[in-house]
Amino acid sequence: MSDTHAQTVAYVRETMLPEQAPPSTAAGPIKWMRDNLFSSVLNTVLTLLSVYFLWVVLTLVLPWVWYGSWTASSLKECREAVAGLGLAHGAACWSVIGERYLQLIYGFYPDELYWRANLAFILMLVALAPVLYPNLARKILWFSALYPFVAFWLLWGGTLWTPVVAVAGFVFAYLAFEILNRTAGSLVAVIAAILAPVVWWLLLAGPVSNGLASVMPLAIEPVESAKFGGFMLSIIIGVTGIAMSLPLGILLALGRQSDLMIVKAICVGFIEFIRGVPLITLLFVASTLLNYFLPPGTTFDIILRVIIMVTLFASAYMAEVVRGGLAALPTGQYEAADALGLDYWKATRLITMPQALKISIPGIVSTFIGLFKDTTLVSIIGLLDPIGLTTNIRADSNWNGIVWELYGFIALIFFIFCFSMSRYSMYLERKLKTGH
Amino acid sequence: MSATTDPPKDGFQLSQLIYDTRYRSMTIQIVALVLFLLGVGWLLNNAAQNLAALGKPLSFGFLGEAAGYDINQKLIEYNNQMSHGRAALVGVLNTLLVAVLGCILATVLGVVIGVLRLSNNWVVARLMTVYIESFRNVPVLLWIVLTMAIFIESFPAPRAFRGENASASMSLWDSVALTNRGLYIPKPELYSGSTAVIVVFLLSIVGIFVFGTWSRKRQEATGQILPNFWIKLAIFFVPTLLVYFILGRPIGLELPELKGFNFQGGIYMRNSLIALTLALGLYTAAFVAENVRAGIMAVSKGQSEAAFALGLSPNRTMNLIILPQALRVIIPPLISQYLNLTKNSSLAIAVGYMDITGTLGGITLNQTGKEMECLLILMAIYLAISLLISSVMNWYNESVKLRER
Repeated sequence: MSDTHAQTVAYVRETMLPEQAPPSTAAGPIKWMRDNLFSSVLNTVLTLLSVYFLWVVLTLVLPWVWYGSWTASSLKECREAVAGLGLAHGAACWSVIGERYLQLIYGFYPDELYWRANLAFILMLVALAPVLYPNLARKILWFSALYPFVAFWLLWGGTLWTPVVAVAGFVFAYLAFEILNRTAGSLVAVIAAILAPVVWWLLLAGPVSNGLASVMPLAIEPVESAKFGGFMLSIIIGVTGIAMSLPLGILLALGRQSDLMIVKAICVGFIEFIRGVPLITLLFVASTLLNYFLPPGTTFDIILRVIIMVTLFASAYMAEVVRGGLAALPTGQYEAADALGLDYWKATRLITMPQALKISIPGIVSTFIGLFKDTTLVSIIGLLDPIGLTTNIRADSNWNGIVWELYGFIALIFFIFCFSMSRYSMYLERKLKTGH
Repeated sequence: MSATTDPPKDGFQLSQLIYDTRYRSMTIQIVALVLFLLGVGWLLNNAAQNLAALGKPLSFGFLGEAAGYDINQKLIEYNNQMSHGRAALVGVLNTLLVAVLGCILATVLGVVIGVLRLSNNWVVARLMTVYIESFRNVPVLLWIVLTMAIFIESFPAPRAFRGENASASMSLWDSVALTNRGLYIPKPELYSGSTAVIVVFLLSIVGIFVFGTWSRKRQEATGQILPNFWIKLAIFFVPTLLVYFILGRPIGLELPELKGFNFQGGIYMRNSLIALTLALGLYTAAFVAENVRAGIMAVSKGQSEAAFALGLSPNRTMNLIILPQALRVIIPPLISQYLNLTKNSSLAIAVGYMDITGTLGGITLNQTGKEMECLLILMAIYLAISLLISSVMNWYNESVKLRER
């Protein structure tokens, strides 16, 4: 048909026309703006409103930030210096940050010992690295396990024997398990592995450590807890809380998921109780009540008490996150593990828990972000975290009445920490995704 | 092949308690229970000994004694001669007040922000992202003290409103005064005849529901759809306004007025209450916005396309197809955000708002020295509120659960 038809047509184009650029309204920034900013009346109104809002806020904030004084030595001097600039809303007095940033970071930790806190922080990054980036050498994990003891020694100082003796407890537990597991059976080995370190820590560790210290001190200058403060304190409480709450949370989650009725009841009761009360009441317990529950005469450090309560608090939330991960696993995984003949602990360790933890990573990270933000609450019971320190700084007659600069600085630091953590969690989520 | 298992032995042996899976779980549970009870017993024993040594026997008698302190923010009658128990009740009501106000604010803002973040308007979507990230990544306590600081530092003191050339003026036709002590808003005044207006208003609300049911039945029977929204709007406004004007405007407004050094009249909202509500509301709104966004995104695109293919209008698609599915995803985390907000309201103590933590856990605790009793009651109250909210959530979850066969 078509070839006969072609003869009757007067003109047929035989070459392609060159491609032409799209009309200016359908490409480039104009098209983008039409699509994204002015696609309808409502959108146009919204765009204009947002731009106006941005204009108002930025013209207010940017000059205030930019022309701020970095040199004044008191608020009064700064106000005078800034008044000369003739700005409508004044300008910031950043000199307070310049003068006090070390205090906001380290609290009242002795200046000459800052290197110890810095070293502990750097070592923390090293210890975290294999946990955060699984491609790194597995051997660093041994350092991660030892890190808490190293950090404790670096930060609080005192004799090296205290952390060494504490580590020895774990070594004894391991040895007891290994030896008895071969000779006396697994049950005896487990019981011995629990009893050995407890006996060691409660009865022998103190005298042994004192004895060793009197022979060979190996001590560095001790720092008392009252001098801890600032972001250092927030990081100590946050990181310890999260590191200890993860194992506890996993156990609680397993308990809550188990068929053992009594164990389940205990775990559910604990989790629901902790999740039902605000953290501040638990901190009140730490500051006023915890000593009542210990044998008469025991008193121990307020930071330690706070860490204990924060750990319990975070572990309940962690348990719910992990439980969510366990519940999200298909039943087939549990059944397959059973079919392979794995016992409960092996199935949990090798099959279900790795997958459940992978699913719950976003939840774990957001629990951690929440916990890190919640460490500011310790200022209410009188510890000197950054917010607690603002009161201290304002008590100085030079800086009486300064508000925005301090809060802004603290907010910025918290934002940097928390935002980068949430980005990391997104990265990890993408990386661990095995689906298509 | 011969049988590889041993023939079952007769009788019960002690080792079966550990090695026989039939009994092992029982053993573990009993051991766990005994250890748990021992642990709790140890703690309680220590507490009893310590309290006895300090001469502070556990007693709740202090709740009946005169409190001796004033509470500036109160919803019920209270003065410093009343008991600690009454002060605690005032505190509970204050907690609930700030929680309810905060939840309303967080929901309204959160929904708007969550929807706007999904908008295809680039500027708006970015702005909302910035809002959400900056509120989620900074501690709520910092937001609370910051909002309070904004009130105290940036708003004029009442005396700035005084005189011929006052440096501050009231807004909204001289009816609202925003000062650093708080917000003064008009208070409705009821004259004779106002009861009739209120009754008519309540009746018209009942009328809206009756109309809704009737209209749905009519639609199911005949297939005809009425302009429901406009009719409901008319029922809401017309009768009440008619009665209001016929009776000669029996409800008026009492405006706040500057008398002496402060404003008098109207409703006074203390700056700590507003700052706390705002901070909690804005902070929680960021989380609610994320929940709303997740909920809307969880409804697959095919659902709205199918609805359009069936010829449903965009409005009805939203109401009948998308919202019911999205709400199932949104509501459970939303309620747990309400729970978080209620628990975060305990930070009121940082701005001096007298909620339950400020009265019972603050002044009462310090005055009576009854740490154990005060904290027990405090925790019990929060626990009761939390369990109440989470039982509502469970009930809701149960009612919207997809019925699977």
